[in-house]
Amino acid sequence: MKHVIVIGGGVAGMQCASELLRQGLAVTIIEKEQDLGGKVRNWHKLFPTFTPADEVLSAMRHRLKISNNLKIRTGCQATTITANSVTLCSGEELKCDATVIATGFTLFDAQIKEEYGYGIYDNVITSAELEQMFNENNVHLAHGGTPKRIAILHCVGSRDEKVCQRHCSKVCCVTGVKQAIELKKLFPAADVFNFYMDIRMFGPGYEEMYREAQTAYNVHFVRGRISEVSPTFNSQLQIKAEDTLTGRPLKMSVDMLVLLIGMKSNEHNITLRNECNLLAQPSGFMQPQDSFIGNVTSNVDGIFYAGTITAPKNVGESINEGTAAARAVIEWLNKH
Amino acid sequence: MINFGFSINRPRTIDIDRNNLRKSNEIIREMPELQACIGCGSCTATCTAGNLTEFNFRKVHTLVRRGEYQGAYEEMNKCMLCGKCRLVCPRGINTRGIVMLIKRKLGDF
Repeated sequence: MKHVIVIGGGVAGMQCASELLRQGLAVTIIEKEQDLGGKVRNWHKLFPTFTPADEVLSAMRHRLKISNNLKIRTGCQATTITANSVTLCSGEELKCDATVIATGFTLFDAQIKEEYGYGIYDNVITSAELEQMFNENNVHLAHGGTPKRIAILHCVGSRDEKVCQRHCSKVCCVTGVKQAIELKKLFPAADVFNFYMDIRMFGPGYEEMYREAQTAYNVHFVRGRISEVSPTFNSQLQIKAEDTLTGRPLKMSVDMLVLLIGMKSNEHNITLRNECNLLAQPSGFMQPQDSFIGNVTSNVDGIFYAGTITAPKNVGESINEGTAAARAVIEWLNKH
Repeated sequence: MINFGFSINRPRTIDIDRNNLRKSNEIIREMPELQACIGCGSCTATCTAGNLTEFNFRKVHTLVRRGEYQGAYEEMNKCMLCGKCRLVCPRGINTRGIVMLIKRKLGDF
């Protein structure tokens, strides 16, 4: 029986593994965390349908049927990867017939954009932390109380060469609109302002959700990047930006600032590039063989990609790539 | 007083904290569709008045939404209500209705 190692147990890796198992192959999933599910595990609801992330994950776990052909190694990381072997950080080497890399992405560290005051002011939080608050059903200000005015800043760690992240993280726009609606549902009397550069609503139902945020929830959209955040005497946050649609500087104080942090390529991708002969893009994400008909194949025979290892993607796209990678692996194994 | 030739400019910053957003909120409450504007500028590009004067409908209603009412009524008076902007608006905003609403709300401002 052929054996495939899937590195990364997020939604792409889980989907890929379940497809391979269904086709009668043996699969080992290597996951660095203690649990499968990846980044989706920390998310509350998914755009644009507000589907609970848990619902998607339990469906994924259900697909990944327990069988003797499936081994899950949690709490361990892969270091060197070839088509026929994966070395774990413990030094152990696992043999296989093909590998799928589905190690995903890293969230941008908002502290690097010091001017936004993350880690300095209490009520500057990241989009990921807001999801955590939604999960705990406990959205509040640092010292208690509910926010009356909230700003959401798009493109933190995306489209910004000052922090070496020139690429667009793709999903933050939609997340920002989704979170604005969720905040308005929680605090109908609060004013929510989204500061954006461009609003990129690329998927089905996204544009409709954006419009709903504008007209049904009265979310204010201001085109302009916040330049700096400073504290006010009554411990609010003063933000400054240009309202580029009127060509005038704009300032206001808010109770809470949510930073929509982008997707950054993993540090581990450097190892993949330097030690495994895999090609990376200037953004640091891995380079698939082709953007149209080879987007789950790498430049090394027998190594495949699935999910956000190659570029920022949403949950549905990552799951689809899991399937696509499994198909590509099987096709390749049949030829060899 | 001796004129030394110096003057002080009024700050150009839109200060949301200082601006009184009551009128702006009323306008949005009466016609929430105004919030659907994506700033494409189609209205201004087709505007008959905008071709001949400084009138910029998109900019004026955006300023009004931020609580900047100064001069908005006078600006809206440049509109000849021809309605071409409404024909081209990709978000289907009743732009002529907005002009009338802003004039009604800010007439005494």
